Amino acid sequence: MSGTAFRSPPVHHVGALGWLRANLFSSIANSILTVLILALLAWTIPPLLNWAIFSAVWHGTTRAACSDAAGACWPYIWQRMGQIVYGFYDFDQRWRPDIVYALGAVGLAWLVIPRAPRKGWAGIALLTLYPLVSYVLLSGGWFGLPVVSTERWGGLLLTLVVAAVGIVVSLPLGILLALGRRSELPVVRTLCIVFIEVWRGVPMITVLFIASSMLPLFLPDGLEFDKLVRALIAVALFNAAYMAEVVRAGLQALSRGQREGAAALGLGYWRATGLIVLPQALRIVLPGIVNNMISMFKDTSLVSIIGFFDLLGVIQAGSTDLEWSNPNTAVTGYLFAAAIYWAFCFSMSRYSAKLENDLAAGDRR
Amino acid sequence: MSGAATDMAVAGDIITLDGVCKWFGQFAVLKNIDLHVRAGERIVVCGPSGSGKSTLVRCINRLEEHDEGRIVVNGTELTRDVRNIDTVRREVGMVFQQFNLFPHLSILHNCTLAPIWVRKLPKKQAEEAAMEYLSEMRIADQAHKHPAQLSGGQQQRAAIARALCMNPKIMLFDEPTSALDPEMIGEVLEVMVDLARKGMTMICVTHEMGFAREVADRVCFMDAGEIIEQADPETFFTSPKHERCKLFLSQILDH
Repeated sequence: MSGTAFRSPPVHHVGALGWLRANLFSSIANSILTVLILALLAWTIPPLLNWAIFSAVWHGTTRAACSDAAGACWPYIWQRMGQIVYGFYDFDQRWRPDIVYALGAVGLAWLVIPRAPRKGWAGIALLTLYPLVSYVLLSGGWFGLPVVSTERWGGLLLTLVVAAVGIVVSLPLGILLALGRRSELPVVRTLCIVFIEVWRGVPMITVLFIASSMLPLFLPDGLEFDKLVRALIAVALFNAAYMAEVVRAGLQALSRGQREGAAALGLGYWRATGLIVLPQALRIVLPGIVNNMISMFKDTSLVSIIGFFDLLGVIQAGSTDLEWSNPNTAVTGYLFAAAIYWAFCFSMSRYSAKLENDLAAGDRR
Repeated sequence: MSGAATDMAVAGDIITLDGVCKWFGQFAVLKNIDLHVRAGERIVVCGPSGSGKSTLVRCINRLEEHDEGRIVVNGTELTRDVRNIDTVRREVGMVFQQFNLFPHLSILHNCTLAPIWVRKLPKKQAEEAAMEYLSEMRIADQAHKHPAQLSGGQQQRAAIARALCMNPKIMLFDEPTSALDPEMIGEVLEVMVDLARKGMTMICVTHEMGFAREVADRVCFMDAGEIIEQADPETFFTSPKHERCKLFLSQILDH
């Protein structure tokens, strides 16, 4: 407070010039780095823009449009958009994933928009009602909806289904595993440690192969799970093990006094955990949790290895299609996939930054 | 002590410790502790560091588990039975050296949490009671701040208010002023004296001998896991019997 009464800072500390001097040219080494990086950007950005925009083909419906293009082949993306968004989902049933997309967008917007009311209800609906409605809509078999086999799901739809199930199941499961690992009961503790270490010790691809090809051999006759369900369980359990270790870091960062303070007030284990320990621990490790979620989102592309055509799988399959075969189309496809992955991951990162900010504001130190 | 005498003592006492022993690994922290506290009695526990004072107090609400002997608090014996532990903790408030306020909640929310979740009080009623205790602690104006925004003395008074909100029959203090800057010790001791005058049963681990002199009914001196001297403050300060006790007093009072 008393600082405001003092005189203003010297001129070279403020304004654009001050910023440049402080951040880009504060020393000789710093100035050299600045120049080098500017040169690197000048060397790489214009060709990329030229390829992706200025020399790119934007119109057309067939391969001929791109046959002698020097840049990206965007008509290929427009033509394939249906597959990229829905996979091989039955054409006349695509309104069903559309509803699922729309509901999801509304729910997320509700959570993200700062002044939206009743966020708690939005969260609960998004975690309980929404998966149920989505399942009924997407797989069908109820209310006269024709069944669409999960083998026909694909593209962005499949990527989002795998990522959402992975994220939503692995966090609570990871929290339970982290609590279990710190339990005073030896049986619980041992089981949690074994679970975490086994899943963490095996590559994701191996887990997916086991889920898709080996598991059916071990299951008794007649007991059969859908292949996608098996993959979803594998993804969720695998990531729960990672989540558990992130959450455990948060639990360990809290002083023992917090649990003792809660215990001395008569709060039992679960109430102390839910009201005192987890709100603080999860907040400490929020960056780590979101880091895991982002990595999980991108790892969904591994399901293409067991025969699913997720976002990347569909685009990759399309690029080998003779009808569009051309070096530029393949690269265009990958660039487009990268842009979509980036958009989702960057949104998650921004949302977590906002959340961190809001929570820190709660302290008003 | 005969069996009948023990039972008599149990009937009249709000806290009874009989032959309580505790070990940390091979190290005996508590050796055959016998302590009987009547309702409304104020007891100050002092002694050199590592003598087991904190452990003794923490056994009374089962933050530490005793290995041998009997602890009966307000008619409930502390055993492995979780229900008994919960019953005791509802009636025993505790104030810690490090305050242990919940930093993610406002002071008011700190105070209403347990009454709402454990005592099942309606939110409004819990808040009214909390505001009353906060005014008694002279920090009602801080109710909507978070703990980190308060000074150490204010935080400790908030912690006392939080414990009182559960309407406990007994208050335990584990070195409540040891983590405070010197100029804040007075304000905390003041509210503790008020509390003592209102007839609260208190067991207080502290080296504040002025406080002991002013409010204690009895001073217990611990050394190496044993209570080696118990006396009213007058006797304790003027004519301690044990050499260890005399040495301790000379060190702490000359200081």
